[in-house]
Amino acid sequence: MITAEKITVSFILNDTPQTLSVNPLRRFSDVLREDLCLTGTKVGCDAGDCGACTILIDGKQHNACLTAIGQVGGRKVRTVEGLSKNGELTPLQQAFLDEGAAQCGICTPGMLMAAQSLLYKTSNPSEQQVLDALGGVLCRCTGYTKIVQAVLKAGQDQSSPPVPKSGNAVGTRMVKVDGRKKITGEEIFGADQAPDDSLWLRAIRSPHPRAKFTYDDPEKVLQKYPGLVKVLTADDVPGNNGFGIYPHIKDQPVLAKNHVRFRGEAVLALVGDQVSVDCVSEEDLGLSWEPLEAIRGLDGALAGNLEPVQAQFPDNTLSRGYVKKSDVEKGFSESYAVAEGIWTTSAIEHGYIEPEAGYACKVGKNLEIFVCTQTPFMDQEEVAQVLGIEPKQIRIIPSAVGGGFGGKLDISLQPLVAVAAWILDRPVRCIYTRPESLASTTKRHPVRMNAKAGCTREGKLTAFEYRGDFNTGAYASWGPTVADRVPIHCTGPYFVPNVLSQTRALFTNESPSGAFRGFGTPQAAIAHEALMDALAEKIGMDALEFRIKNALRKGDRTATGQLLENSVGQVECLESLKSRWIKWRKEAKEFNKKTANTKRGIGTGCVWYGCGNTSMSNPSTMCVGINAEGKVTLYNGAMDIGQGANTIMVQICADALGIPASQFDLVMGDTDLTADAGKTSASRQTFVSGKAAQLAGEHLRAQIIHHAEASEKATIHIEGEKLIAKDDSGEHVILLSDILPQISGDVLTGKGTFDPPTTHLDENRQGNPYATYGFGAHIAEVEVDTLLGTTKVLRLAAAHDVGKTINPTQVEGQIHGGIAQGLGLALMEEYIQKVSENLHDYLMPTVGDMPEIEVILIEDPEPLGPYGAKGIGEHALIPTAPAILGAIKHATGVSIHHVPATPDCVLATLQKAGKNG
Amino acid sequence: MLKYFRPDKLEDALVALSEYPLTLLAGGTDFYPARVGKPITEKVLDLTGIQGLRSIQQTDEGFSLGALTTWTDIIQAELPSAFDGLKKAAKTIGGIQTQNAGTLCGNICNASPAADSVPNLMALDAKVELKSMQGIRTLSLEEFILGNRKTAKKQDELVSNIFVPHPGKNAFGNFEKLGIRAYLVISIVMVGVVAELNEQDEILNLKVAVGACSPVAQRLRLLEKECVGQRLKSIEIHPKHLELLDPIDDVRASANYRNAVVPELLKRAITGVV
Repeated sequence: MITAEKITVSFILNDTPQTLSVNPLRRFSDVLREDLCLTGTKVGCDAGDCGACTILIDGKQHNACLTAIGQVGGRKVRTVEGLSKNGELTPLQQAFLDEGAAQCGICTPGMLMAAQSLLYKTSNPSEQQVLDALGGVLCRCTGYTKIVQAVLKAGQDQSSPPVPKSGNAVGTRMVKVDGRKKITGEEIFGADQAPDDSLWLRAIRSPHPRAKFTYDDPEKVLQKYPGLVKVLTADDVPGNNGFGIYPHIKDQPVLAKNHVRFRGEAVLALVGDQVSVDCVSEEDLGLSWEPLEAIRGLDGALAGNLEPVQAQFPDNTLSRGYVKKSDVEKGFSESYAVAEGIWTTSAIEHGYIEPEAGYACKVGKNLEIFVCTQTPFMDQEEVAQVLGIEPKQIRIIPSAVGGGFGGKLDISLQPLVAVAAWILDRPVRCIYTRPESLASTTKRHPVRMNAKAGCTREGKLTAFEYRGDFNTGAYASWGPTVADRVPIHCTGPYFVPNVLSQTRALFTNESPSGAFRGFGTPQAAIAHEALMDALAEKIGMDALEFRIKNALRKGDRTATGQLLENSVGQVECLESLKSRWIKWRKEAKEFNKKTANTKRGIGTGCVWYGCGNTSMSNPSTMCVGINAEGKVTLYNGAMDIGQGANTIMVQICADALGIPASQFDLVMGDTDLTADAGKTSASRQTFVSGKAAQLAGEHLRAQIIHHAEASEKATIHIEGEKLIAKDDSGEHVILLSDILPQISGDVLTGKGTFDPPTTHLDENRQGNPYATYGFGAHIAEVEVDTLLGTTKVLRLAAAHDVGKTINPTQVEGQIHGGIAQGLGLALMEEYIQKVSENLHDYLMPTVGDMPEIEVILIEDPEPLGPYGAKGIGEHALIPTAPAILGAIKHATGVSIHHVPATPDCVLATLQKAGKNG
Repeated sequence: MLKYFRPDKLEDALVALSEYPLTLLAGGTDFYPARVGKPITEKVLDLTGIQGLRSIQQTDEGFSLGALTTWTDIIQAELPSAFDGLKKAAKTIGGIQTQNAGTLCGNICNASPAADSVPNLMALDAKVELKSMQGIRTLSLEEFILGNRKTAKKQDELVSNIFVPHPGKNAFGNFEKLGIRAYLVISIVMVGVVAELNEQDEILNLKVAVGACSPVAQRLRLLEKECVGQRLKSIEIHPKHLELLDPIDDVRASANYRNAVVPELLKRAITGVV
């Protein structure tokens, strides 16, 4: 019988007896991580909604977050740390590594444990068994495809990708350089590390979308809770109490002063021991709210009946975007057919499985921040102005990032822990809860768009007009970027002689909308692709043929008048899908003949998307060095957030230098150790930072050749401290230990910088906003139950022009993951404040929602890119939702004008058209 | 006073319950999600140490599902085909993690309008046994669940088991659940049905309940009555059968949608029985 406050619990943990004295109601996940330092078990929600904490208890999968430690006594527990023995990977782990089943790695321990429970029962499971076993674990990166493949392959006829030889890394399926630690639980994410004496920080956030507030003198609560060290208020911020992406719009307070503008905004921050900061209530703080009528939705923003969200923007208009090419009116007047429509989309959550986490620690006159981020150098500048100190006084040490997708481009806890650690001179850590992460961080912009397109009788596009209002929420974040990027891309990858596009980013008292994989273009693509379908139908042309006819080609000019000279693979992408398109459509037709209420259809969607910042310098610098012992290190400032930049950069640099990629060590993202490689956004890292990595490798190689007095064609080998360059005249040896080391400790270094060439855009936004574009097309097959309105995506083929595939496994992984997010956007995802602040009401695709996916890689090389490569990260997502919506139209005859196309939305549309049943 | 009590005997649990209010904990699949980011301050009675409560027993009268019976236990148990709907529901709860931990009794005590066990247990005519130091009470499931998150369980009681009377010899169960995604999904609408057929496949009796369309799942007794003697495929659903349903708009779907799909889901559940 157990009756004490703390109890003794004994159990077998990873084959070793374990006894703890512990509060029996603590979540087992928390005890594993904090008391036993087994941080391989991840926490994504604390509510059993994500499965990241899946462990085995008596061989069966359980959520550690739903298990009281008091219930574990006498049981046998296995965590990810207990899978491999003596450093030898299990067949399942090896399969995960080989197949590229781990991207960011945050869900990987949960996936591994869930899969392992199945493999204990059967060594040769069916695909359905695998789906059922993994159904309780969410992944936001991989689209699950490679995870399922890995489980099916585990222990079966497994062969690992060969380790690439010198000069041959690019183009191979080299396994991730950081892959091993992601499948053993050794990878350190934001919540996995903090100094032992860290204080905890918890922000108090607004429950109201708009309100005034007051609170009592913090001294009162400090007296009540001895473990509480500080209550931070707006007045404690030493520098500017404001942050924001744009240098001239630092509009979001670190801690609100008197007035909040969205539900989830931070007003106070409690710092102290963990129990104390968790226990303090609003009543303790004397928080008193005066709710004000909130501006909701685009109509609310435009109504003008309430005080504007921000006083400096009286009409609630943050920014406008514009593109004008020739004369749309003339274009429409000369059109044979015109199609138009209105489409609306919802707020979408990034849904990375790793909530924001990290710590700050004062080191002398400087501050170190360990945090999950997509952009260490921007964080550095941002926090510096909040503290009122020089950026160089701040060192950002990025953790491994458990998914980002744009959501970790904005700062979250960085300024809070920074202010606390700076003031208190104590390390301070913070881990967002899932509801806090959902409520307080940015979303994909909801949009209402009105678009119109015309074509000739022969099907050549004549004119395109687009107007989009984007709900940018309470603070600016990346709103101007979205308003700017969308008009440039809003025609889709088609040649249109006349274009007019106007966008607005409008403030509301809703979650700030920020950057999310595609910066508004996934929403715009829904409109342009629906218009392509509508025009094709009007002139009686096949929808794919219509797209081929109008696809951008070399020699065409874009909506901004940019002449496309290289790497325009749109036609090849479409052509590569043509045989499937014809076959699938025929099969769907046959199927539909036999069924009354289950209808299949095939749709298509296309993408083009500029890689890098819009008409703005966005350089990356990469450094590589060899030390006296012959160790080669790539100092990579291009954040790997799961997409694989670490591996891609090594592959590129290794080939440029001419040594095997396997000899590389890597430093990622640390602002003290790496050069600025810009932010991981805008599909720019492979193209921009990859080019810098290539130049850095070439630079180092040139120095080696020079030092060794060898010829340009020499091959290079490193044998301990000897560097040997071999050419026709023989071996030239450099003794590395004879060279004076630099500050980094390296004796020979290479550096490369690349800034993609763009031009200023004129008053009509004409010019060259991007140095290169990626292109692509998807076709999707859906099955719609016309009596229930449910839609299942059965299969999807994705063709993308990536210039050059640096690593097919990684590129496929990006495409699979993009498709999953596009599917979520199309069919199920909608963030509603207060209502969907958890992962069982905010629905993202599970392993059972994914279609069978086929990836086709087109390589039309980009001369500026590394070995011809360009980006893929965002391109992968953009065509999916349009393809699915087109397929629903093909299946049922009805056009969906709002996403997500939930069963409710689809059935209502069918009913309206009299087509239900 | 004690914060946490995990007895290994039911009697000890009942004594504790008689002494002061306690929050009951079993699989934790509702307990912890309700406390994300919040300190746990209440006093908790953890039932998972009471071995006797985790059992599925067949008696002369029917089947007794102990308080700690998990979804996985239901899936794996050898039960008559009348339980097929309940088994099907068990496989749609959360992921396997939830099925391994979550209990049927916890599901009915949580009394969510979208509780997947409830329409099935109603169609099985399940009864709830409540124990306290005062003795045993037996309520029908419809008497037990009073409303959204509200049950007839008194503070000093616990649900010791769910009792399902022997279904007819030729009774078959089925379950239809409508949700937005494949796993980890909460029902928009669900239907549980148990039909007993004669040798000519005519309905001897039909029990059918609809969930997530009212604060508590509803048996459709008028429909049940009118179906006797018919064949499964010939049953027609009319608005009068659905008068007790009163769905709401929520994050998962509108009331209109729920009203629109209930008849179809009923048809599928009923015709899918065999």
